Amino acid sequence: MKISSEYAVQMKNITKNFGDCRALDDVSIEIKKGTIHAVLGENGAGKTTLMNILYGLYQADEGEVYINGKRINMKNPNIAIENKIGMVHQHFMLVENFTVSQNIILGKEVVSCCGILDMKKAKEEIDKIVEKYGLKVDKDAKIADISVGMQQRVEILKTLYRGADILILDEPTAVLTPQEIKDLIEIMHRLIADGKTIIIITHKLKEIKASSDACTIIRRGKYIDTVDVKNITQTELADKMVGRNVKLVVEKTPAKPGKVIFEVEDLTVTSKVHKGINALKGLSLKIRKGEILGVAGVDGNGQKELVEAITCLSKVSSGVIKINGNKIQNTKPKNVIKNKISTIHEDRQKRGLVLDFSVAENVILERYKEYPYSKAGILNYGEINKFAKEIISEYDVRPEDCVNMQIRELSGGNQQKVIIGREIANDPDLLIAVQPTRGLDVGAIEYVHKILVEQRDKGKAVLLISLELDEILSLADRIAVIYDGKIVGEFLQEEVNENTVGLLMAGGKI
Amino acid sequence: MQRLIKILKKPITSTFLAIIFGILVAGAILFFSGYSPIMAFNTLLKGIFSRPKYVLKVIEKSTPIILTGISVAFAFKTGLFNIGAEGQYIIGSVVAMMVGVSLRLPAIYQVPIIFFAGMLSGVIYGGLIGILKAKFGIHEVITGIMLNWIAFYLCNFVVDSQTFHKPSTMRSLSINDSGFTTLFYKWKISKEGIEYLRQNKWLSEVLLKTDINAGILLAVVVAIIVWFLLYKTSLGYSIRAVGNNAKAAEFAGIGVKRNIMAAMTISGAICGLAAAITITGVSPHAIYKLSMFENIGFNGLFVALIARTSPIGCILSGLFFGALNYGGNALQMDLGIPSEIISITMGSVLFFVALSGVVPMVANKLAKRREKNVE
Repeated sequence: MKISSEYAVQMKNITKNFGDCRALDDVSIEIKKGTIHAVLGENGAGKTTLMNILYGLYQADEGEVYINGKRINMKNPNIAIENKIGMVHQHFMLVENFTVSQNIILGKEVVSCCGILDMKKAKEEIDKIVEKYGLKVDKDAKIADISVGMQQRVEILKTLYRGADILILDEPTAVLTPQEIKDLIEIMHRLIADGKTIIIITHKLKEIKASSDACTIIRRGKYIDTVDVKNITQTELADKMVGRNVKLVVEKTPAKPGKVIFEVEDLTVTSKVHKGINALKGLSLKIRKGEILGVAGVDGNGQKELVEAITCLSKVSSGVIKINGNKIQNTKPKNVIKNKISTIHEDRQKRGLVLDFSVAENVILERYKEYPYSKAGILNYGEINKFAKEIISEYDVRPEDCVNMQIRELSGGNQQKVIIGREIANDPDLLIAVQPTRGLDVGAIEYVHKILVEQRDKGKAVLLISLELDEILSLADRIAVIYDGKIVGEFLQEEVNENTVGLLMAGGKI
Repeated sequence: MQRLIKILKKPITSTFLAIIFGILVAGAILFFSGYSPIMAFNTLLKGIFSRPKYVLKVIEKSTPIILTGISVAFAFKTGLFNIGAEGQYIIGSVVAMMVGVSLRLPAIYQVPIIFFAGMLSGVIYGGLIGILKAKFGIHEVITGIMLNWIAFYLCNFVVDSQTFHKPSTMRSLSINDSGFTTLFYKWKISKEGIEYLRQNKWLSEVLLKTDINAGILLAVVVAIIVWFLLYKTSLGYSIRAVGNNAKAAEFAGIGVKRNIMAAMTISGAICGLAAAITITGVSPHAIYKLSMFENIGFNGLFVALIARTSPIGCILSGLFFGALNYGGNALQMDLGIPSEIISITMGSVLFFVALSGVVPMVANKLAKRREKNVE
C-alpha cells in the first residue's frame, strides 16, 4: 500500500482482538477522496469494528490509520472529529426531548459573551448547510416527534455542522422506507459532488449497487476483496460476502391455501407510548391454512401492538382474535400457546430466551411442566437433554455439544435456531414470525426462510411481520401493508411490486 | 500456569480471595490503630476454635443466619431482594414466642405447633410483600423496609404487653419448656444428669454452657431442599426463569406474578423457621426489646451475597459470619479491640465479593499473556 494524499482514508494491516476473539485480522482498506465506498460483510464480520477504529471508538491492537496521507493516532473520537471525520451510528445518538437544532449544535454550541447560547446565529449556520445539500428538516421540531428518516438527516447534519469531510454511515438504511432510502442516496450523491467522502457500512447488496463506487468485502474479520461496483453483480457480491454460493431468491412452489384458520377482526389497542391514542385502529386480517401472510410496514405503525395483542401480552380495547373459531383476545400467553399459536419474537434475547439458562433448559421453557419433561413436579433432565439434542441435530445448531452450554454463548443465528426448533416442536397451527432474520447472516437467513416455507407446505398458517420489505416480497404468499394501526392494502405476491407497497407503507394512496 | 488460570476462573476462588483481602484490610486498619494484627488474628482464632464450647457456640449463632441467608438467596433467584427477611424473622420469633408461652402441650405437639406458627407468620409476612409486588408492582425493598419497622415495633409492643412481659427485664416470658428443642434438656436438669455431668467435664461444658440443638442439621437439610427445589423441580425452574428473564417467562406462558408470590412465601417461611429454631432451641427462649435484636435477617443479606446466592454456599458463609461475630467478642474482651472491627471485616469482604468480577478478568489476561509467550 502506497501512502498518498489521494486517499481520504487508508487503514493498514489493522488487527483487533476482543478477549479471545479476533474481530479483525490484518485488514487493509483504501478510500479515495470524493467517492462513496461501501464496506460489505455479514453480521459479525467486523465491518463496524473497523469503522469504530477509524472513528477512534476502539483502538487497533496492530496497524496504522492514515487520513489524507498523514498518519494519525486515533486515540479517541475527538481526534477523529479534529480530522474531519463524522460518524452516523446505526442507533441514533440524539436527545429525544431536544429540538432538531438543539441536537445539531450539541457539543459545539454557538455562544455569545458570558457563555450565553446564541440560538439565532446557530440556526443561521444550520440553514446554510441545509441549503447547500438539500437536507430539509424542521429545525424547531422535537426529535421524539419526527420520523426515523428525519432523525437520520439530523445525524448527518450534526456531522456536517462539525465540519466533517469524511462521513461514516453505519447501516443507514436499516430503518428506512424505500422512498427514504432513495432520498438518502440522493443526498449522498450531493455530498460527494461537494467533495465529501462517504463510507457506508451495510449488508444490503441492492443499495450498494445503487449508491457506491467501490466496495470492500470483509468476511469473518478478514479482508476478502475490493471491487469496482459497476462491474459486479449482486450475486457475485453475495458470494464474496458469504464465501459460497447463496440463493438470494427464496425457492418455493405456489401456495395452496385452505380454509381460514386465524382471524383478527376490527382490533383496537391503545398505545402504551402515547397516552390517549390508539396504536391499532380497527385492524382486520385473515390467514388461511397453507399460506404465508406478510405484514409490511415501517417500524412503529402498530406491528408491535399487533403481536402483543395476539400473544396476550397486552389487552385489546375492542375487536376479536380467533383461531380455529376460539376467541383468544384478553386471555393469557399460556392460553395462546395452548391454542396452537407459536411465536418467534423479534427480540429473541428479551422475549425468547433466558440467557443464563442452558440450551436444554431453554427448549422446555413452554413445556417444563409437561410429561415427560417433568413428573410430579420433578424435572427429568434425561428427557430434557434428549429433546434438546433432537432440536440441536434437526436444526443444525452449533456447536453440536451445546446441550448444557449457557445459551448466551451461542451466536445470534444459533440462538434463533433453538427458538425456531422449540416453537415448531409445539406443532403450531399458526406460526408468527416477527423479524425472524433480524441480525442474522445470509446463511442463517436462507435457513430461516426455508423453515417458514416448510411450515407452510405442511399446511400450517404463517404470519410474517418484518420491516425488511425484500423479505416480505420474496417470502409471503399474500402481502398486507400496515400503516398507522390499520391494514391499508392487501395483495397477492405476484400482483404487487415494491413501489406500490413502499408507497402504501409511507402513507400514500394508490 | 494453565491450572492456575483454571482455578482463578472458578467463582469460589474469587470468594475466597475476597475473604482474604477483607481480612487483610481489617489487619491494616488494626495495624494503623496501634494493635497487632497477628495477635488479633490469633485471639480471634482462639476465640473460635480453642474450646469445644466455642465451636458449638459458633454453630448455634450461625444457624439462624444460615437460614435467613438461604431465604434471601432463594428470593434472589426470582430477582427479588428480600430485605424484609429481618421483619419476617422478627415476626416469626414474636409469634413463636406467643404460641410457646400460651400453650402447654406435650413436646410432641408443642414443638411442631411452635414451628408451624413461626413459619406461617413468616409466610404471611413474606407473602404480603410478594402480593404487593405482583399485584400492584410496589418494589419489594420499599415494602420490605416498611414491614421491617412494623415488625420491630410490634415486637416491642408484645414484649411490653402485660401478658408476655417478664417483670423487671427487657424481655418477654420464656416459652413453656415442653417446647424446648435444646438437646437432652430434660436430662440435663434431672438428678442423674447433674450427677453424671459433674463427673464428665468435657460433656458438661458442651451441654451445660451451650444451647446445643439440632437446628444446624435442620439448616443443612433446608439448604439441600432449597437446592433441590430450585434445580430439580418444575417450580424451581419457573422461579429461576422468572428471576433471570421475566419477559421471556411471561411470553412462554409462565405466570410471573404467581412465581413472585411463591418465592416470597417460601422465602418468608424459611425466615420463620429460623426464628422458631432460635426460640425453641436457644435460651432464654424469649424475645427482647428491639434494640437487642441481632440483625439476624439483615445479616442474612451478607450471608447470601457472600455465598453468591447458592443455598449450599450459605451454610459455609453463614458459619464464617457466625464465627467472626462470636470470635469478635474475644477480641474485645482479651485485647480491648472494639468488636466493630468485625463489621469492618465483613463489610470489606462483601466489597471484595462485589469486585470479584475482576478475578476472571485477571485470569483472562494471564491466559492471553501466556498465549503471546507461546507464540
